[in-house]
Amino acid sequence: MFSSLKEKVGQVLLPGDEFLFEAENTISLTGHVKAEKVVCGPGLRRSGDRVLVCKSGVLRHKQPNMFWVDSQQRRYVPTKGESVIGIVTVKSGDVFKVDFGGSEQASLSYLAFEGATKRNRPNVQVGDLVFAQFLIANKDMEPELVCIDSSGRANGMGVLGGGGLLFRVSLGLVRRLLAPHSEVRSDLEKLFPCELVVGMNGRLWVRSSSIQQTLIIANLLQSCDTMTAPQRQELFRRVKQGAL
Amino acid sequence: RVSLLRLKMENDSVKLSKNLLRMKFMQRGLDAETKKQLEEDEKRIISDEHWYLDLPELRTKETLIIEEKSFVPCEDLKYGRMSFRGFNPEVEKLMAVMNPRDEEEKQEQQQQLSRMQMDVTDEEMAQRYESLVGTMKKKFAKKRERAAMEEDDVNQNVAGTKRVFLKPQD
Repeated sequence: MFSSLKEKVGQVLLPGDEFLFEAENTISLTGHVKAEKVVCGPGLRRSGDRVLVCKSGVLRHKQPNMFWVDSQQRRYVPTKGESVIGIVTVKSGDVFKVDFGGSEQASLSYLAFEGATKRNRPNVQVGDLVFAQFLIANKDMEPELVCIDSSGRANGMGVLGGGGLLFRVSLGLVRRLLAPHSEVRSDLEKLFPCELVVGMNGRLWVRSSSIQQTLIIANLLQSCDTMTAPQRQELFRRVKQGAL
Repeated sequence: RVSLLRLKMENDSVKLSKNLLRMKFMQRGLDAETKKQLEEDEKRIISDEHWYLDLPELRTKETLIIEEKSFVPCEDLKYGRMSFRGFNPEVEKLMAVMNPRDEEEKQEQQQQLSRMQMDVTDEEMAQRYESLVGTMKKKFAKKRERAAMEEDDVNQNVAGTKRVFLKPQD
């Protein structure tokens, strides 16, 4: 049924391409076959029985029935459940406004922190960095962030401490950093002891034992965007030897 | 008082209002007929006030296409906080918790390690415990049973010669 999509895996798709799924008319000999469900990820949109492509990129496939378009972009569109690094811009009453690099600022309730109650407010100032995940991310509504998971635990979310450096990379690099067997990450691991916070919105926050090392890591990661794997490994090796 | 009221009402042939009769304290004195009538009235009011849309039933077709907006489940992306070489031990702990696949791999590693480091194989253990069965049994037996068991053991060891109580000679 989804053979038309499967054929295109690995090929470039453009916005406007469409795939038509019709119920199969052929009667299978084995009797009733349970209908397969297909999951269309980012870049694909459902419209009735059709699947429309809405981003240009390469079609990817994951077993059993997951398809998505792998594309490069720098503009972040909020998605429910994704975790991002935001900057608190406004503190008004019971919500903070957080800039996460999207089209609109997200709201973050002061109660959405671990251990926060009406009496015990979290200590968040304007200009602080927060690592939070989207509770509401809808094209028609204001996005809402929370710094707790569904069981009320922070799990590493919340205000990021001082001494780090925030910078931007492309969304593609973020995904490469977070991939299960990421080469960038394993290369970085060999350099210095450091801490890294990766927001799906393309913001990275680095902290290491000295400002110099933090800056080196930040520069390396920013230049990773436009480098091939051998180039990157060469550069990382030179940095490790102390050439830079 | 209610019955008094009713008496008075019948005498005067003045009727109390429906709303008054529907009140809880008036219910006791009412007879069955009026009660029923009141209930019916109430039912009619409710059904009149009940609105419904006069539309054919909407039948939604089961969709076979599910939309997923995030890359995270597609590409199995990891949790966004990481620490390398023990810079922040808390975050490293968190990484182990938040990336379940990592943990599985670790567990496998641990299992392999434990297999390699095992001093006593399962078979050896079984053999050892085989000989221990009797001893363990003795441990959990009561005193009298234990005595009996010991006797059995003795019997087994010294097959044939049964010990008997010998009366001491004067």
